[in-house]
Amino acid sequence: MEPILKVENLVKRYAKRNLVGPPQEFLALDGVSFAVFSRSTLAIVGESGSGKSTLASCIACLELPTSGNLWFEGKNLAQSPESELRNIRPQIQLIFPDPASSLHPGWSILDIVAEPLILQHKLGRKERELRACSLLERVGLSAEIAARSASTLSGGQRQRLAIARALTLDPKILILDEALSALDCSTQAQIANLLLELQSFLGMTFLFITHDLTMAAHLADEIAVMSAGRIVELGPSAEVLRNPSHEATRQLIAAVPQLPRSSWPAIQQ
Amino acid sequence: MASVLDVQSLQVSYSSREVRPRPVLSGVSFDLRPGEILGVLGESGSGKSTLAASVLRLLPPNGHIGGGAVLFEGKNLFQANSEHLRQIRGARISLIFQEPSLALHPTIRVGEQVRQVLAAHQSGAKSALNEKTREICAQLFPQDSDRILRSYPHQLSGGQRQRVLIAQAIACNPAIVIADEPTAALDPVTQMEVLAIFRSLRETLGLAMIFITHNPALLSDFADRILVLYAGQVVEWGPAHAVLRSPKHPYTKALFESLPAISVEYEKSRKNQLPVIPGNSSLSSLPRKGCSFEPRCPLRMDVCTELEPALVNLGESRLVSCFKYKD
Repeated sequence: MEPILKVENLVKRYAKRNLVGPPQEFLALDGVSFAVFSRSTLAIVGESGSGKSTLASCIACLELPTSGNLWFEGKNLAQSPESELRNIRPQIQLIFPDPASSLHPGWSILDIVAEPLILQHKLGRKERELRACSLLERVGLSAEIAARSASTLSGGQRQRLAIARALTLDPKILILDEALSALDCSTQAQIANLLLELQSFLGMTFLFITHDLTMAAHLADEIAVMSAGRIVELGPSAEVLRNPSHEATRQLIAAVPQLPRSSWPAIQQ
Repeated sequence: MASVLDVQSLQVSYSSREVRPRPVLSGVSFDLRPGEILGVLGESGSGKSTLAASVLRLLPPNGHIGGGAVLFEGKNLFQANSEHLRQIRGARISLIFQEPSLALHPTIRVGEQVRQVLAAHQSGAKSALNEKTREICAQLFPQDSDRILRSYPHQLSGGQRQRVLIAQAIACNPAIVIADEPTAALDPVTQMEVLAIFRSLRETLGLAMIFITHNPALLSDFADRILVLYAGQVVEWGPAHAVLRSPKHPYTKALFESLPAISVEYEKSRKNQLPVIPGNSSLSSLPRKGCSFEPRCPLRMDVCTELEPALVNLGESRLVSCFKYKD
């Protein structure tokens, strides 16, 4: 089976300008390669500054990689013209960490969910509203609240709304960049369940970017560990947890806070 | 042992444009022992940040303290005048906030920001204050404290900024540090480092600490006692190891169960639906009378819709507010 997304030797360099002196180069991604198969979840974990979010922006075509290839459905996104990327972007959607700042506080919930359809010139007004309402129901929000503004929602409801908006254009890949970290534990469980449900119903592929190794282990089929712009370990979730081969992975595992009930040490050996 | 802080039936409400003021804390009581780390556990909206702010009377203008007392060093802070409060805030009781990037001034070197805390509470020559500043920062940055002191906040990492906030908080040798989700914005490795710093400060300075979080797992191996807040009320209180190992209140139980666990048989439960607490604790979904957790409670009984449960003493200094338990 062909993977839905194949990343080959991806490099992203940023120029870091100082007030004086020549600009310095900063290597955010240093030759990243991996493949994701359709309907599966790849978790990308690593400490802050390891390049997780840069990788997300590159895959979502929000940033152009400095070099390397990004294969999605037979096309190399790293070398596609802007006109083509415009058609690709709806298929790879991104969900941001903080639902409070990624949703317009003054807009109605309906407008927020319907906006992608307007931008892509799809459907008439009536159909748009119908589609928006069915998406709200899909993510567990009642269509009755569609007229309210996003600022009246709780954190968990907002993240549901952000997910509904990302689903509007039927994406094939959903990139969840720390999508659960700003939520309470009990809300995290609710949203995690929603994600699992969506994956089995809609057959979506998830890239789950997080520093919460426990949630990564629960949701993902495979875990990739990033450190300093590189993937230092990649494998099936259970395998990575049981036999971590890289120091960065071991550090992350050691730092996982855990309730006394879980028998995590058994896995660490 | 005498307690350093005694909070007695604290009541706080926020007024809004709507008709009635919204109660946020209804009768919260607890005490803090010297050198103790008290973990306050609760979801957003449970009133845990309001608790931190109201102890020092730092509520926003629409916040209103409706009753109760906060006893610190023999005085009720709710009756203290503003000069007395000024002397306590930041010096005897200090606060650490969640977002280290927002709590620091962006265009002042961090060393100066630590020095200003000292200058606000201690007189002395400039050189003496500078010396003291260096001493404090050397505790938190054993490697390169001089470079850090000369840096601006944007030049530091999240973990380093959080250490600067800790330096500010301990600068005047406080009796109590209140930390409101101090590690929420940090990655797990840095998070563990910060917790280790708190632990060692407790050893070296004998600090008592109120550690506010929504993540129960953070409190294991860290807190001495745990206070669980739900909808502005204490639902469970007891020694940390007991609460974490065998939670008694249905809310605490359900909360712990909703955390994914990685155990030996974890591969079997992977990608399964997690047990969740249905509904939410927003004001509109709270019942008008009876137990505030009743609508979401899997173990509800008839009495729960009628009466509010009082705190029941289960012995071994464990308290729980649920009709399932009797004294």
